[in-house]
Amino acid sequence: MASMPIVVDRAEKFEKVVSILNHHGRRPSGLIPILQAIQHEYQYLPEEVLTYVATSLDVPPARVFGVATFYAHFALEPKGKHVIRICDGTACHVKQSIPVLNALHAKLGTSEKCKTTPDMLFTIETVACLGACGLAPVIVVDDQVYGQITPERAVALVDEIKAQEASTGNASQDAAEQLSAEECND
Amino acid sequence: MTSTEALTQIAGHGEGISTHAQVRRVIICAGTGCMANGAMKVHEQFKREIAASGMQVILELRAEATSDEIRLSKSGCQGFCQMGPLVSVVPDGILYTKVRGEDVAEIVQQTLGAGQVVERLLYKDPTTRKSCRGLEDNPFYARQDRLVLHECGFLDPEDIHEFMLHGGYQAARKAFVEMSPEQICKTISESGLRGRGGGGFPTGRKWEAARIQNSAKKYVICNGDEGDPGAFMNRSVMEGNPHSVIEGLMIAARAIGANEALVYVRAEYPLAVERMRRAVADAEREGILGKNVFGTGLAMKCEVMEGAGAFVCGEETAMIASIEGQRGMPRPKPPFPAQSGLWGKPTIINNVETLAHVSRILNLGPEVFKSIGTPDSPGTKTFALTGHVSNTGLVEVPFGTPLREIVYNIGGGITDDGGKVWKDGFKAVQIGGPSGGCLTVDHLDLPLAYESLRSVGAMVGSGGLVAMNQGTCMVSIARFFMEFTQRESCGKCVLCREGTRQLLALLDDVIEGRADAGTLDLLDKLGRAVQVGSLCGLGKTAPNPVLSTMRYFREEYEEHVFEKKCRTGRCKALLSPEINQVKCKGCGLCIKACPTGAITGEKKQPHQINPELCIKCGACATACKIHAVEGI
Repeated sequence: MASMPIVVDRAEKFEKVVSILNHHGRRPSGLIPILQAIQHEYQYLPEEVLTYVATSLDVPPARVFGVATFYAHFALEPKGKHVIRICDGTACHVKQSIPVLNALHAKLGTSEKCKTTPDMLFTIETVACLGACGLAPVIVVDDQVYGQITPERAVALVDEIKAQEASTGNASQDAAEQLSAEECND
Repeated sequence: MTSTEALTQIAGHGEGISTHAQVRRVIICAGTGCMANGAMKVHEQFKREIAASGMQVILELRAEATSDEIRLSKSGCQGFCQMGPLVSVVPDGILYTKVRGEDVAEIVQQTLGAGQVVERLLYKDPTTRKSCRGLEDNPFYARQDRLVLHECGFLDPEDIHEFMLHGGYQAARKAFVEMSPEQICKTISESGLRGRGGGGFPTGRKWEAARIQNSAKKYVICNGDEGDPGAFMNRSVMEGNPHSVIEGLMIAARAIGANEALVYVRAEYPLAVERMRRAVADAEREGILGKNVFGTGLAMKCEVMEGAGAFVCGEETAMIASIEGQRGMPRPKPPFPAQSGLWGKPTIINNVETLAHVSRILNLGPEVFKSIGTPDSPGTKTFALTGHVSNTGLVEVPFGTPLREIVYNIGGGITDDGGKVWKDGFKAVQIGGPSGGCLTVDHLDLPLAYESLRSVGAMVGSGGLVAMNQGTCMVSIARFFMEFTQRESCGKCVLCREGTRQLLALLDDVIEGRADAGTLDLLDKLGRAVQVGSLCGLGKTAPNPVLSTMRYFREEYEEHVFEKKCRTGRCKALLSPEINQVKCKGCGLCIKACPTGAITGEKKQPHQINPELCIKCGACATACKIHAVEGI
């Protein structure tokens, strides 16, 4: 993570953190909502922000890192532009969610250890249950829920997003260059 | 056991209040499931089409509606998620399923305009192939007793006025104005209400324990951290009837003398968080929550907190730690939270479904509630019926209902992987999620209640019911749950942290063909040790799925261990694909499909698989048109 280029300007970054901290009254008891707000802002929890939060709340950094690593919701690494979450709750599991996961990993060259594509376009995650069991198996692409999914449909969704990205000519190219050093090493 | 009269009385409560609401109404289910299938598009389309047809659309509840107006509203989850988006028309009593944007014009013209039913959008019973017009003749709904869920599928969850018109907050008013805390605790105790979150602890006793504490500050917490994968009844209630949860919290707060409430909702339920927050804001605006509740001078504050993704936080003391900004790790009890909970103050934590029952008990009296269900487990329970059944969704039935009724009559029977009804396909039902156990064909007539389930090594848990067909490998299912609990173990107790990891490794040995006679004994011994040596419910129940599948499907484990065979073909490592030398015509399709070049053979001569090169991927079996590849 140390090799990550800092995309956000430092001053701007901390300005937002300060306003989040002020909003929550700088109480250590509000640590979880504070981290949630920060993650909402940056999509992940950058290391230097966590140490800054620890100093601001007057608690040891270990406490902040302890909480940030304990909960599955917090990410310490940046995620791709599009996050695909595959539900592997019991209902989805018995209705064959794993073949969907495998198909997506195969399509994007990602894996259990390396969840984000090198061009930072996609992150593939599994979640325990999304509570949409009636539609099993379910995947969520950028907060849009797709039910009764098959490996083929999941791959087609990825193709659709890729086509959209290509047609809007977005910055994924730049992101790929920026992050070329950050290859997956699993 | 079940008093039909009592059920009718409860379900119908409050409906007479709004006699003016006889206006025609189109209700679109806006639960997570239907929204995923495009319910919002259908809603927009209805708005346009009704307006285009010249009829008046009203979106808000108003007293002065006239008969040529159509009210268009959204509801919470109606429970029949698989068939969504659902559209009901009342008072016609029509339920349309799988409605798409392009169907809307027809519904508006035919049903709203001409009073006709659009046959093709009705639900068809897969067993009888009969079309069902509404809820009464739909076996999924007709056999349920929807007390908690009824309003979820009818009221607009974002409209506090509608909730109040249907008798909402009346019970809270009664609790604050007419009843003393002792009376409330007594009423709840007499009703026999037990916690719906899993443990089944008597709610009244919990409240009483907190009430008698001498403390100026007390807290009530609503546990909406529904972490059991495969259960979503709490999500439904929070999304579909958030005010009933707030009302329950207010009554609980009044009963123990607390003035602060907190709803802890799972982060994976963004819609539930949004609806709960909105409901709290609306209740504050209406003066129901605030500094002077119902003019009693008592204050009541409610906050909604989003969890951060940890299954263990469903445990009371872990949840308290999480609210305090710590890692969600449980602590030993006693002291119980009712004595020393959040910030060291007396605290009660109740499940969403438990709280949703409270107002009804107060409105109707404990006797009516007690007359439903079994003597030990009164009332109804919502089960999330999922997996290999025709009708997946939320099912609310009185305690004591046999499993067969739920799986076959309400659920419409077991299906194969393609979704077709499989007559003798029933293998097992996993009840209670990763903490529960499995029920087999022998238990189909077992009445579902707290004690009866405990006696067969399972539990009600939060109410997840996952049906599994004959094609499901029980060892793999046990491994699936073990992987879940191992990942979610907070790491505090050694036996839970290390024991679940070892149990998982042992199950991997079974699945991957490395197990021997000692493995099964070790699984059993270690499973029991983890149960005894763990502090909280997560560790104490983590080995349940393994022990329960070993108890009821021992022969399947033994096949894996001694014969290195998985009868369902799900355990890849135990497969030994072979080409049937009689069937094979030597077409060469499998040779082309094989990624490792393990198949050889002359054209028009039977081919062979080299087991050393074979990776058991199954590509040959998929490619072969005459099913000559066997054992995979």
